[in-house]
Formats: sequence, C-alpha cells, structure tokens
Amino acid sequence: MKRATNRTSPGFGPGMNRRSFLQVSLLASGALLIGVGRCVESTASDSGDQTWAPNLYVRIGPDGQVTIVSKNPEAGQGVKTAFPMVVAECLDVDWRDVRVEQAPLDDRYGRQVVGGSRGTPDGWDDLRIAGAGARHLLIAAAAARWGVPTGECSTASGSVIHESSGQSATYASLLEAAAGLPAPAVSELRLKSRPEEFTLLGRFVPGVDNPRILTGQPLFGCDVRLEGMLYAVFEKCPAFGGKVRSANVEAIRKLPGVTHAFVVEGTTNLAGLMPGVAIVADSWWQANEARKQLKVDWAATHADSSADYERQAEILRTQPGATLRADGDVESALAAARQVVEASYYYPFVAHANLEPQNCTALLHESGRLELWAPSQNPKGGRQLIAETLGIPEDRIHVNLARIGGGFGRRLVNDFMVEAAWIAREVRRPVQLQWTREDDLGHDFYRPAAWHHFRAGIGADGRMSAFDHHFVTFGRDGRPVSGADLSPGHYPAGLVPNFRLRQSLIETHVPTGPWRSPGHSAYCWAYQSFFDEVALAAGRDPLEFRLDLLSRSYGEPPLDLARTAGTLRVAAEKAGWGRSLPAGRGLGLAFHFDHGGFVSHVAEVVADGRQVRVEKVWSGIDIGPVINLSGARNQVEGCVVDALSTAQLEITFAEGAAQQGNFDSYGLLRIPQAPEVECHFIQSDHPPSGLGEPPIAPATPAIANAIFAATGTRIRALPFRRSGISV
Amino acid sequence: MSKFSLNINGVSHPLDIPDDMPLLWALRDKLDLVGTRYGCGIGVCGSCTVLVNGAPVQSCRIKAAALQGKEITTIEGLSPDGTHPVQRAWHDEDVPQCGYCQAGQVLTAAALLERNADPDDAAIDGAMAGVLCRCGTYPRIRKAIKLAARYRADESAAGAKS
Repeated sequence: MKRATNRTSPGFGPGMNRRSFLQVSLLASGALLIGVGRCVESTASDSGDQTWAPNLYVRIGPDGQVTIVSKNPEAGQGVKTAFPMVVAECLDVDWRDVRVEQAPLDDRYGRQVVGGSRGTPDGWDDLRIAGAGARHLLIAAAAARWGVPTGECSTASGSVIHESSGQSATYASLLEAAAGLPAPAVSELRLKSRPEEFTLLGRFVPGVDNPRILTGQPLFGCDVRLEGMLYAVFEKCPAFGGKVRSANVEAIRKLPGVTHAFVVEGTTNLAGLMPGVAIVADSWWQANEARKQLKVDWAATHADSSADYERQAEILRTQPGATLRADGDVESALAAARQVVEASYYYPFVAHANLEPQNCTALLHESGRLELWAPSQNPKGGRQLIAETLGIPEDRIHVNLARIGGGFGRRLVNDFMVEAAWIAREVRRPVQLQWTREDDLGHDFYRPAAWHHFRAGIGADGRMSAFDHHFVTFGRDGRPVSGADLSPGHYPAGLVPNFRLRQSLIETHVPTGPWRSPGHSAYCWAYQSFFDEVALAAGRDPLEFRLDLLSRSYGEPPLDLARTAGTLRVAAEKAGWGRSLPAGRGLGLAFHFDHGGFVSHVAEVVADGRQVRVEKVWSGIDIGPVINLSGARNQVEGCVVDALSTAQLEITFAEGAAQQGNFDSYGLLRIPQAPEVECHFIQSDHPPSGLGEPPIAPATPAIANAIFAATGTRIRALPFRRSGISV
Repeated sequence: MSKFSLNINGVSHPLDIPDDMPLLWALRDKLDLVGTRYGCGIGVCGSCTVLVNGAPVQSCRIKAAALQGKEITTIEGLSPDGTHPVQRAWHDEDVPQCGYCQAGQVLTAAALLERNADPDDAAIDGAMAGVLCRCGTYPRIRKAIKLAARYRADESAAGAKS
C-alpha cells in the first residue's frame, strides 16, 4: 500500500533498486551487449563471492537492430510491445528497430513469472536503465571521436548529433568504441519518468506479434511440431484425486493410430501429476477417438458437492467463526446505530477457461536431457515439479517458453507440464499432450466460492459507524485454500471506526488457485454492492457516499484515498453521473485498488423487465504513466468483458467432480452482449503499475449496481441468473 | 483410411487419413497448418473456423473427406502477404490480446464483408456471435470490421479508377 502512495522524484522511482548496474560487452558479431542486473551473493555462502545476475539484456546490432532478451513470456498482456517501447524511448531509436527475443527458462534471470500484474513495474527501471545507459555510452563514444564535450551532443532516431559542427554518427558506427568505455553507474543516468517527457510512451502502438497472429503462423504451445512427434491425451478421474484401479489399456492399444496406452500411477499432489491413463497416437484426433473406448475403474477419494457446501455454509453462518480483525467495538456501535443494514452475498466457483486448452510438448533426448515447450506462466515451478516427480535433475531439464493462449492465473500451475514430461519419458519420442476442453474445465484450479455476511451501522451523521463482516470461505487443514483468503487489512477496514472481520472455513477437496486479480475479482462485487445498499438506506447518493467514505481513515488507510477518489471522480464525470434517466435505465459505480492499480467504473444498463443490456462502461484509471495506450485500453476493455462474462458463469460440483464440461454449459460472453468501454487515464507521475488485473474487480459491482438502478433488483447471488437477471 | 486431395488455399494437398477425421485435425496434425486452432471440439467456440467456398465453417465438426472438390481457405491463405483489408484493420485497431481465437474472428469477418460491404453493429454482432474471445476483444472487433469495410471500399474505388 505504501508503494502506491510514494511520489517519484525525477530520475528515480522509490522502488528503484540502486544496486542495479550495467554490464557492457562487444559480441563476436560486432553487436554491443548491455546487461542490466545485480550482484547476488554466491550460493557458496562463506566464499564471499558475488555472481552477476542479469535481469535483462539489450543488444544493438551492427545493422542498427536493437533486441531485448525478454525473460517473461507473452500471454496477451502486451509486454512484448510495451517493453521495446520503453527501451526505444530511452535509447532514442525508432521503436520499430527494437524487437523482443524470448529467453528460455534460465536461472540467471531470477523470477520468470507472468502474474500479479508485475511485468511492467518490475521491468520499468531496468528497461529505462538499459536504454539510457546505452545512449550514454554511445554519446560518450561519439564525443571522444569528435573531441567535443558530451554535453554538446544530442541524439535522434539512432544517431548521435553534434549540432554546432554538423557532425553525426549512427549508433551502429559507434558500437566498438562504446564497448571500450567504462559502463556508467546507474546513478549517473537521468531516467525519463514523467508523462510530459515522453515522445513515444503513451501512444497507441499495435502489437508486434500481430502480423504473425493474423496470418496464422505457429506461435502457441500447441503449434509446436517436431520430427516424429506423437500426440497424447490423458484421462484423469473426474472426481479430483481419484486413483486408477484398472483400465482396458490392452484393448486401447489395438485401436487405429494408437501407439501407446498406459496407466500413470501419479501422486497425491492436486497441483502435480495426478493418477490417470495416457493414450498416444499418430494424430491427436485418433488418440482422442480411442479415449472414447477407454474404460477405467476409478477409486474416488471424496465426493464433494455444491449442495453439501451450501448446507455447511448455512450452518457456519450462525456460528461465530474466527475473528481476524476487530477495531473499536462493533456490537456496541451497531446497537447505538440510527439504522442497521444487513445483507448476505454469495459468489460461486468459476473456471479460467483459457481459450487455448492446456498443452505441453516434451522430448527426452538420448542424452537424458528433457526438453519441453510449455505455455506456462510459471515455468520454473514446472521444472521443479518435473524434477521432483520424475527424478530428473533440474539442470537436465530445458524449458522453451511459448506464447500463451490466455493465462488469467491458470498457467501458474503446471500439472500439464509434468504430465507431458512423464508421457514423453515412457514413449521415448517427442510427444504433444493436448487437453480437451472437457479436461480443461473439469481439471481447473478454480476461483473459490464464498459467502459474505455483512452488517453495517449508520450513525446519526449518515456515515457508516460500524461494519461487521463474516466471511465463509473454503479451507483445508484449517487454512484457506489457494485463492480463498481475504486480507484483514482490506477496506473498509480503516475507513470505519468500528470494524470486525470473522472467517469460517468449509473443508474442500477441489483444486483452487489464483484467478485474474485473485480474491479481488470476487469479493469486490460483494463490498461495493453492499456499499450501495448502505448509501441508499442512509438516503445518500452512491457517489457522494463513497467519496465521503474515502475522505478520512482510522489509523493507516487501507488504500491511497486521494488516488482512489480521483479515479471515481473521473469515471463519474465522464459518465454524466446524476443525469436524469428514463425508466428502465440505470447507472452504477464502484471503485477498487489491487496490484498497484486504481480503477473506478461507471456502467450504464438498459432493462427490459429482467432482461438487461450493459450498454457502456466509463473507466477512470490511475496506473501512473501509460506505456502503450493500445495495450492499456485493451486490458481495461478485456477486464470489463471478462467481468460481465464471469458474472454469468458458475462451476458446480457433484460426486467430487465439476458438472460443466464445455462452452455449451459454461457459456462465455459473446459479442452481442459486449458493452462499449471508454477509458480515461489519469496520467500521474507515480511509477507505472500493471493493468492485467486491476480493472476487473470494480467492473462486476458497477454493472450490478447499474442493474439495481435500472430494475430495482439487488443482485446478492452470482451468477446473475440466480438473482433472476439475464444479460 | 482413405486417400484423397483437398484444395486448401489454392493448393491441392494429398491426404491419407481415417474416413471420419475432422478437417481441423487433418489441417493441424497431417498438414502442419496450425493456424486453425482447437478450442472446444463441439462447434460452439469458433476458434477452428475456416472458409469453405467462402462461407465460415467450424472445422472441428466437418469431416475432411466430405470437402473434396470444395475451396477451403484457412488463415494462412486469406491473403498472400497478410494485407487483406480485415488483416490490416485488425492490426491497425490492434485487436489481438492473446491472439488464440483471432484466426476464427478474421475469417468470419472476411466472410461477413463479402455478404455485407457496410455492416452496422447489429449485423456485426449477428455474424460474429459464433466466435468466442476469452480476452474480451469484442469492442475492438466491432471497430475493426468497420475499418476493414472502409479499406475494402477504398480498394474497390482505387480498382475502379485504374
């Protein structure tokens, strides 16, 4: 939270790691190589040695081409375009002369994860240092050649210029001389940080991979084709964690095209290699056809069901639960309140549903080295998992990173990687494991369901004097499962004088995990819908009520109040909040802060009875400077559509298994239901944060509040149809 | 198994595949034309859309052998150099996020513009409703189709002059 409230001084961000430094060298090709990294203590702790740990490399070739070696893969979040733009801005070259080369998984790079909206904030300093550092060296090389002070030299589009003498030199002609100079200290570099300093950043730049995407070139994990490659399917127990008692693998092996069929005993790690049956064939279709003849006798280990979860939740709501936070005296404040508002909210389990179903290609080389091509958000985690499960040392496992056909957090878990590795070792041929859509929806790491029971006291001044919250969520061994926790510091803690948060856990055997803006994308809807209920009960305007709520705090504020209120004001102003609307039309709003970004939305909904249409969403966003306007807008538009889509979906369980198998029963939003989205960025000079996650959380409640305004129906249960609303 | 040839992107491709193999898997696993992508296998997501005699068809639900003598266009063959008006508009409006569904979107849009040179939002929504985008690029798809319609009109105007 503090990070978000700090201000940037010119040149240095508050989070900037001053231990970063530059390493410069000349490659045999004549290219200048700039590395930005840190020195880390050698693993041999008493040696006192330090090892160079690069974060990224930038290479300037003799042809003037600039290449960034990027350690993180692209999943549609736009880093492959945004990163070159930052380098181009600071190096002063045409951005079209900068491209990204995907690095494989390599320990030297440290964290290689797509997640937490961290690509931009983590890359911001190093990309600027690389660009500015290279420019600094090239200017020094030119100044020395001409015998002029560096201060008299400037740059433009890949050349150093000495205006008074009329001399100029291309960067390409200076590479060798620059490599011979000492690398500048990072503190010597002046890094552009304010929107008004940028010439390229903040512009609308189409994605660098568009030409390949739009002509159908191989890009994704499932597009990998290797000589002699076979195709695999892997059937697991529909009830998570079930074991194979027996399977008709002999009969399967005789089916057309099938080369292998075998049982995989597997492990008990839900996020690892689960038990199942592998079928391998000459084409994927034949493997999957053979699977239709597969008969497995499963030994299920549990029979979790949504109906049972609901029964348990009903019992738990009347019990006290564990108190996670208590400020002031909630019970006394509720007793003294002018008015008490009480409501319960429920959201279901949902799936990630990446459009590219999970897949991985693996090859065990004769040398014993295992090579993989994986669309993973967390490839290092995958390599560790494979090493532990197969007993192959990590340094014998090489992971190539493919473009990811949708991440949303699903591919932080690498079950598909370890399955492919296991099958490839059995088969001794290159194998591509391709999940079906049914595998994908039936074996996800779901965003967990939860119940929120709220009570709010309204004081004589019309403000919230007390907030009591009982959170009924899912756990295992007494702790919330992945994606099911809630920070005790989350607002309205700190915004209300008397506050209490209690938690109860329902035991679950269902695999859960992070889902785009984990937690936030679910519970923000509950909070922000309830705030509307409280505001309206107190006779206050929902916007005025929220701005007032954000006007003071009790102790440490739970979020930057001024930046949050700023986004709310912008969204409300652009939407014309307060304008008179005909019957059947309504506006709703919500604010939120997560993953470093502040976003508020106002939604406009038109209703015909209980059938509603979300016409338009206005967004106020503060993520510091915008790097690529197109990429930034794309994330906001995508998050709004994702929120509306997900608000109509649910995964339910029976007999320990998911009941939705494909897009016929898990119907993602289609184009006719998609609203127009209008983005308004507050171009503050805070360090930039990522935008892959922050816009999604407030979108659901803005829409739900607009539905209330248009129809009078308060949505307290998701998906919308549980509240009688269809979109 | 049966042996036959398919006319794909103007080229005759010999195949020797099971009688009932869908076109999608013939393209991906036998011809290495991987730009046509699998999303659901039941014809509801549209990722695997190709054009058969100019009309959008979900290649996961149609047998390859049934398409002998037909003209099949995949994303690889929409234009020789990626300059079809829809491809240019998709780039200029920067439609793709992850990009996985976009082959199906682009081909469906190209077929729409052949039928309707100037579609409004309702026509766009009607024609494009069969192709899912998990990233939510729908608002841009609407814009890009309108831009492609302009590019197409400009092309035919230029063609008429010359």
